[in-house]
Amino acid sequence: MHVHPYERLWIRISIVLLAVFGLAIAFSSLTLGIEIPGVERRAAPTGLPADATYHEGWVRELGPGRYEVNLVARMWGFDPAEIRLPKGSTVTFYVHSNDVIHGMKIRNTTVSMMVIPGQTGRATYTFDEPGEYLMVCHEYCGVAHHVMSGKVIIED
Amino acid sequence: MFNPNSYTLQRGEKRLVLAYIAIALAHLSVGLLLGFMQGMEHAGIDLYKYTFLRHYYQGLSMHGVFNVLIFTTFFIAGFLSFVTAYSFGRPLHSRGLSWTTFWVMTVGVVMVDWALLTNKASVLYTSYAPLKAHPAYYGGLVLVVVGTLLLLANLLLTYLGWKRENPGKPTPLLAFGALATMIMWGLASTGIAVQFVFMLLPWSLGMVDAVDPILSRTLFWFSGHPLVYFWLLPAYLSWYFLLPKQAGGKLFSESLARLSFMLFIPLSLPVGFHHQFLDPGVSTGYKAVHAFITFGVFMPSMMTAFTVLASLETGGRARGGKGWLGWIKKLPWGDPSFTAQALAMVLFALGGVSGLVNAAFTLNLVVHNTMFVPGHFHLTVGTAVALTFMAIAYWLVPYLTGKKLWGRKLAVLQSCLWFVGMSVMSRGMSWAGMAGAPRRTALGSAPYALPEWITAFNWMAVGGAVLTVSGLLFFIILGMTAWRGKREASGGVEVPVAEPLIKDEPIPAYLDRFRPWVLGATVLVLMAYGPALIGLLTAGNPAIRGFSPF
Repeated sequence: MHVHPYERLWIRISIVLLAVFGLAIAFSSLTLGIEIPGVERRAAPTGLPADATYHEGWVRELGPGRYEVNLVARMWGFDPAEIRLPKGSTVTFYVHSNDVIHGMKIRNTTVSMMVIPGQTGRATYTFDEPGEYLMVCHEYCGVAHHVMSGKVIIED
Repeated sequence: MFNPNSYTLQRGEKRLVLAYIAIALAHLSVGLLLGFMQGMEHAGIDLYKYTFLRHYYQGLSMHGVFNVLIFTTFFIAGFLSFVTAYSFGRPLHSRGLSWTTFWVMTVGVVMVDWALLTNKASVLYTSYAPLKAHPAYYGGLVLVVVGTLLLLANLLLTYLGWKRENPGKPTPLLAFGALATMIMWGLASTGIAVQFVFMLLPWSLGMVDAVDPILSRTLFWFSGHPLVYFWLLPAYLSWYFLLPKQAGGKLFSESLARLSFMLFIPLSLPVGFHHQFLDPGVSTGYKAVHAFITFGVFMPSMMTAFTVLASLETGGRARGGKGWLGWIKKLPWGDPSFTAQALAMVLFALGGVSGLVNAAFTLNLVVHNTMFVPGHFHLTVGTAVALTFMAIAYWLVPYLTGKKLWGRKLAVLQSCLWFVGMSVMSRGMSWAGMAGAPRRTALGSAPYALPEWITAFNWMAVGGAVLTVSGLLFFIILGMTAWRGKREASGGVEVPVAEPLIKDEPIPAYLDRFRPWVLGATVLVLMAYGPALIGLLTAGNPAIRGFSPF
């Protein structure tokens, strides 16, 4: 097959670039503490009375500075809609949907996931900066999708 | 072997291609106006109340389905039927099958249109269960997909017929590109076929109560990502095999052109999980595998960038261009079909870069489902594909109707306006996305909208308005061509088929045989999806009943 020398060079450059991108992705996924949702052990609520606790939103303290949030997404809001925690809290969010597919993103953090009925989404983040963090639904979930939001308020 | 083809399509064949293009453009025109309304909505101006539309999301569903499912598919069906017949120098295998294909797809589209117009299918084009639409919507889409498979069958039969009569000859380039596109799509459509026929349609008909949303999503994206290459490859076909001729040059490397089309067959398919990086319930390991294969598409894309630019350079130099960049000035910028495609390529390069961001396993977390994503795909499908299809229409419609293009200069202006409008709108979208604004959201009515998003939203509205003007110009030009265009002398419009730079370059056998590539694609798909799908099927994921909150 005939390949022009310049084109050969271009293909080599592309391969090197590809290797650089690959390494950057491998490096960032292994070292920066970024969590990509996967298969979660904690089951999603089934609707049986036994796991009624998971149908509602709650925040509980696991230990000093460590919290767990059970976040329920439903048309068209989050439960709890407002989460107040002290600065420096490390929070693990377990997120469920009670109806259609939703999304959940907390602005200026690494927390973002799809919220799929029947699945449990999990993400952990340490809030070092005080302030108000906007939490939005980022998947279309019906006619009032654009009002679906919440807040995480980190107090100094 | 290159054969400058003198085959002229028969009247019936021309009518069929025109019919496809007419339905495609009718939907594009509506999709375009809806896009304008979305831009205005983000700037705080609600135009929906003046229309029959019930809400933003009904308009958004129509915008997506009309533009990327109906406009693209119908234009591609017409265009690929045309190039296949033209370059094989014979009509498609079966005239009956050609028209059956058209009517199956058209009945499907009427069903989809009805469901969308009556607000019975405001589920957006991704149709994510448990959002449930009217059965006519799913049924209509099934018919459109069936139509594409009938087209594939017709093209393959034409190919086999040609091969029998021309043993040992390499497939002519245009037909080769059309076949590669349709074969890739034939493999890819299996996901959506299973999802629609066995899950969504029976569910919307009430035959089953509930479906598994994660399995449904996975099947959708199995087809959903290769779908974007189904839109893109016909544009590549024009850039590789037609545009060099329009630039006055030749195709720089025939074998690399063939190689990059072939590479898209295996590399388009096992990549769907990069749309699902943030889905709980899908294994992280398989997401990573798909992330790496996705980056594999970087290679044929980079090869395309080189070959296409080098081909244009041969044109610029043949027209007397000198120096490192002087040849660019000599390109035929007064030809709207050339200018539109050259500008489409510039924005496609930026679309490629933002695509790398989306597909990057970790960086995706920042931009996932934000406005950054529409900022990306309006450069790819919204410009690389749509503007190239408009450019093709600028010579194909005159060819088919036998009328001279009306308003050539206006058409150059039209393509420049599309370029400017899209640059502004896409910039606004990416900006808003990086600032955390979600996509698919009536942001103008969102109570949580932040003040720092406003400027970006206004960029989107302004860009959208410029695009609308450009789109209207496009329809005026084509309308005037059909209505008032001067009759061409017969055979007046030439199909711009580019010759390869190296005449009769020997083509390695593996670059002219689809079977090994299809086999390779199948093996790769089984490896990249097989265990993950078995995992999903055996995980005992609950099925969910449907909701229609629109």
